Amino acid sequence: MDNSEHINHGPGVGHHHVTPVGTYVATYLALLVLLVLTFAVSRIDLGAFNIVVALGISVVKTALVVLIFMGVRHNSKLTWFWASIGFVWLILLFLTLGDYVTRQWVHLPLGW
Amino acid sequence: MSLELQHPAVAPQRLSHQFEQIDQQNEIYIVGMWTFLVTEIMFFGALFVALTVYRSVYPDAFEQAHSALNVWLGLTNTFILLTSSFTAAMAVRSKMLGQRVLTLLFLGITIVCAFGFLGVKYVEYSAEFREHHFPGPNFQWSQTVSPSTAQGDLAANSQVALGVPKIGVNEFPANYQPQQLELHKRELFFSLYFVMTGLHGFHVIIGILVLSTLWLLIYFNHPTVDDYMPVELAGLYWHFVDIVWIFLYPLVYLIGKQ
Repeated sequence: MDNSEHINHGPGVGHHHVTPVGTYVATYLALLVLLVLTFAVSRIDLGAFNIVVALGISVVKTALVVLIFMGVRHNSKLTWFWASIGFVWLILLFLTLGDYVTRQWVHLPLGW
Repeated sequence: MSLELQHPAVAPQRLSHQFEQIDQQNEIYIVGMWTFLVTEIMFFGALFVALTVYRSVYPDAFEQAHSALNVWLGLTNTFILLTSSFTAAMAVRSKMLGQRVLTLLFLGITIVCAFGFLGVKYVEYSAEFREHHFPGPNFQWSQTVSPSTAQGDLAANSQVALGVPKIGVNEFPANYQPQQLELHKRELFFSLYFVMTGLHGFHVIIGILVLSTLWLLIYFNHPTVDDYMPVELAGLYWHFVDIVWIFLYPLVYLIGKQ
């Protein structure tokens, strides 16, 4: 599927990945479709699943922006590593929710 | 010492003397930018955690408070930012291929979109200030207006008529009285809303400064921007600002009860 022009001439010149215009346009249209989708789904009451669907769509949109617009899919492994580290940090931050979620548990009768 | 490298399709890049190859130089630039973006993710991530925690503590109040936001203006702003992200990516591509006019055009559209975003934000913020939704001693929630707070509003308005500023930085109005917890829960939502969107708006302003500087440098053919990397890095920053809004829009404007 990757039809971008891969230009590499000689050791002194960089590896350049010129993404075709069509790929950018397709990504843009996909992002707009996902935006309409996230809006439409939020108008329907799915209970607890609303936030799951909204976050899922946001993650897909982010993946499109990071991989195609930011060009990470053509970047070096080191860039992949740094881009992933950002999300690892995000997960670590959200692990602090473990504290808030379990606070009430302390007041539960322990049963012995 | 710098070495001029020629290439048939891609615009030439200068190799700085501390690097051995163009690839290495480009990678260092991009990884450096990503390192900065990771600190930004941590920075905004903490605010998203705060929003999640307080939303789970006060689900009903947050549900009511978020319904006061204008989803259509938020949708417009998301559309504007996605468009600007697309044009930023196109600007980077044009710059890489050395297409000067197209680069200026796409960068220009991106800057116009950024101003458009701030314009819509201005409309939203002014409506929220008018409706006393800005957190502080004058915060009011119309659905829970009690006779005492309604009178307080009247007193506050008469103070404005007398030329007394409505919101002092360090002082409460004379009529200030501690409000009920119900009101404070809604105020908390708006505190988070203003901090998060305000910080995001601040990033948009920085983006405008960076992109405008690049636009001018390219317009005047400044040697700093012979290389496409400055535009690439500004593009990475702009896409990050877009990603923050991709999460802010559903979580702040769209989602009600968990």
